[in-house]
Amino acid sequence: MALAVGCRAHPGKGRDNKTGSWRVFKPLFDHEKCSKCGTCQVICPEGCITEDKEGFFDPDYAYCKGCGLCAEECPKEAIAMKQEEK
Amino acid sequence: MADKTCELFDCGHRACGGCGAALAARLMLKAAGTNCIVVSSTGCMEVFSTPYPENAWKVPWIHSLFENASAVASGIESSLKKQGRKEKVIVIAGDGATFDIGMLCISGAFERGHDITYICYDNEAYMNTGIQRSGATPYDASTTTSPAGSQSFGNKRPKKDMPQILAAHGAPYVATASIAYPNDLIQKVEKAINTVGPTYVQLHAPCCTGWGFESDQTMAIAKLAIETGLWVNYEMVDGEVTKAKKVVRKPVEEYLKTQKRFRHLFKPKTQDAEIAAIQAIADKNAAKYGIDIKLKKE
Amino acid sequence: MLEITEGSMAVAEAVRLCRPQVVAAYPITPQTHIVEALAEMVANGKLDADYITVESEFSALSACLGASAAGSRAYSATTSQGLALMFEVCFNVAGQRLPIIMTIANRALGAPLSIWNDQQDSISLRDSGWLQFYAEDNQEATDLHYIAYRVAENPAVQLPAFVCFDGFILSHTYEPVDMLTQGDVDKYLPKFAPTERLDAADPVSFGMYATPEYYLEFRYETDKTLKDAKSVIQAAGKEFGKMFGRDYSAMVEGYQLDDAETVIVAMGSICGTVKDTIDDLRKEGKKVGLLKIRVFRPFPSEDVAKALKDAKHVAVLDKNISLGAKGAVALEVKDALYGSSVPVFDYIIGLGGRDVRKNDIREVVALAEKGKGDQFIGLRKEVL
Repeated sequence: MALAVGCRAHPGKGRDNKTGSWRVFKPLFDHEKCSKCGTCQVICPEGCITEDKEGFFDPDYAYCKGCGLCAEECPKEAIAMKQEEK
Repeated sequence: MADKTCELFDCGHRACGGCGAALAARLMLKAAGTNCIVVSSTGCMEVFSTPYPENAWKVPWIHSLFENASAVASGIESSLKKQGRKEKVIVIAGDGATFDIGMLCISGAFERGHDITYICYDNEAYMNTGIQRSGATPYDASTTTSPAGSQSFGNKRPKKDMPQILAAHGAPYVATASIAYPNDLIQKVEKAINTVGPTYVQLHAPCCTGWGFESDQTMAIAKLAIETGLWVNYEMVDGEVTKAKKVVRKPVEEYLKTQKRFRHLFKPKTQDAEIAAIQAIADKNAAKYGIDIKLKKE
Repeated sequence: MLEITEGSMAVAEAVRLCRPQVVAAYPITPQTHIVEALAEMVANGKLDADYITVESEFSALSACLGASAAGSRAYSATTSQGLALMFEVCFNVAGQRLPIIMTIANRALGAPLSIWNDQQDSISLRDSGWLQFYAEDNQEATDLHYIAYRVAENPAVQLPAFVCFDGFILSHTYEPVDMLTQGDVDKYLPKFAPTERLDAADPVSFGMYATPEYYLEFRYETDKTLKDAKSVIQAAGKEFGKMFGRDYSAMVEGYQLDDAETVIVAMGSICGTVKDTIDDLRKEGKKVGLLKIRVFRPFPSEDVAKALKDAKHVAVLDKNISLGAKGAVALEVKDALYGSSVPVFDYIIGLGGRDVRKNDIREVVALAEKGKGDQFIGLRKEVL
């Protein structure tokens, strides 16, 4: 890739950085308890939580940093943080 | 209306886990949509989003220097006007870049009345350089340049009132917001963008690394700031406060004890006089903006 | 069309003809006439630009940066303290490869405060990546603006440029200037069409940060581009000559150079005084010549070395001094002549508006012939 004039770039290459590798704790989403409120998707600082066809939510583990905000804020306590096994 | 499902801030950015500013960037772009040009100051958000060639911004974006985002935005707005283009010009800058080093440029831009939206993500210190004191650092907060010690309780000065300063410049719309209430934040940013003239939104973005709390507490702490009256969410239209979020107020200790930057107020011993002084700040805010929900006495 | 006009007015008119879309400027002596004239042109509909009355020079160049990145031809003018205040932004503009043109009405830098002419201001930014053109007279000052925009905006360049002309000496002096017409300039200078700009239709991030893995390469590219700009300058200058009869393809210009034994090297309006003195000296049988440097960045090392290789003495006139060392032009000339045995002498002259007379030039020539140099000319020992 040629060096961009003026240190500029189009979007896209950020995705090469798989921040999921930062995780110490992993959020586990329990769809049984989920009320589909979408709070987790709104508040994730990574924006890596997406809605599936049924309206449930899941994180993209390639990018999830395991910050725990989704688990903390879920009104149904449907998300639990579990220590990653290495 | 903003498309709330659209993600214009890409994954793979290098913010700390639980970062309030990263969340702020995402929410701001939900309000802005694709038809905008964003100007960032040097700071955490710029650094964690654009290490060449990685780029988290899916809208046009420019970073120049620490202190000149408002001036750069003025030039962009001017250019778009001459070209007949309709993109909205949005500045997003930290509190250091806004309250301190950027005062010259923001004052000039607002005085000239450019049609720009200025969003300040306020994490109350120079975070990117390692937690130094800014004009937005609250009273008694410990930072590396206003550390608590045997001779000091931390930052000696109250927060500079930037919203009022910019309202005094004639800004038609000024608001404070918080990541604690994302939908309110999005609405306010939308309103600011859609108001012609220079508008300002200052949003509270707690920093787990700089304030000293666990990454999953960012929202909870942002809420406590509002519930104690140390942060007030309000709107000003043409210089008059039109709305302020009302709360059943909690004592400031509940907020202060959650963060390492205020730990010196509790350990090795509780500093009653200092806590009382901070309570007075909250009480003053409450009175000024009328935020106390008056509970009916039984 | 030939007009007798004040230098500032000629420059303002040249800028108007270049059709900038955004002008952001802050007043500072002796540039004020330019920015006032442009404001009046906008107010009377003669210039279709947005004029931003910024709150400082720092903001002026920052606003131009934003405007240029968004796709507008942008312009500012400043000098001395104002340029110094822009220092940070100058590096940013060049690094972001934005072709902004800025007129510098050269003025001394404080302290001590001085509103009068020398070239310290623009020379102090020689590291910044901006091209630097120096005008001998108001005709050059005017013409160099059209050429500067054309060179700067060339896709092979995409770098900003200073057009420097001596404050008061040129800016506030009336000279005959041949002004081009709008039709002329439109033919010479195409519409600004940057390859990339801030645009929602094709989002790009400008001004990202570079880790140690990339920074060196960015600097290498910018340096290479600035050096390669020589060929673009030559082509643009030649085209100008073809179209309007005044050739600017050379970055240096000789006057009575061919058989000169003592060669004076100089930049800017001082060249006029030098030429007059040379005419007198030649009548007295002295073989003196002038090498005028019109482009200081990129520095025309090869052209300078070629022009001076047969000189017996080279006397460099520096209207600046790198305190603790020497004059900047002399240092560059010495570098260009490295390896040759041609002696180069540095004369610090005309600082802070000190008038330069033909006798001062005679003194320089006499000193150079005696092998004496590296000194201030006209030092008033009685006030020391």
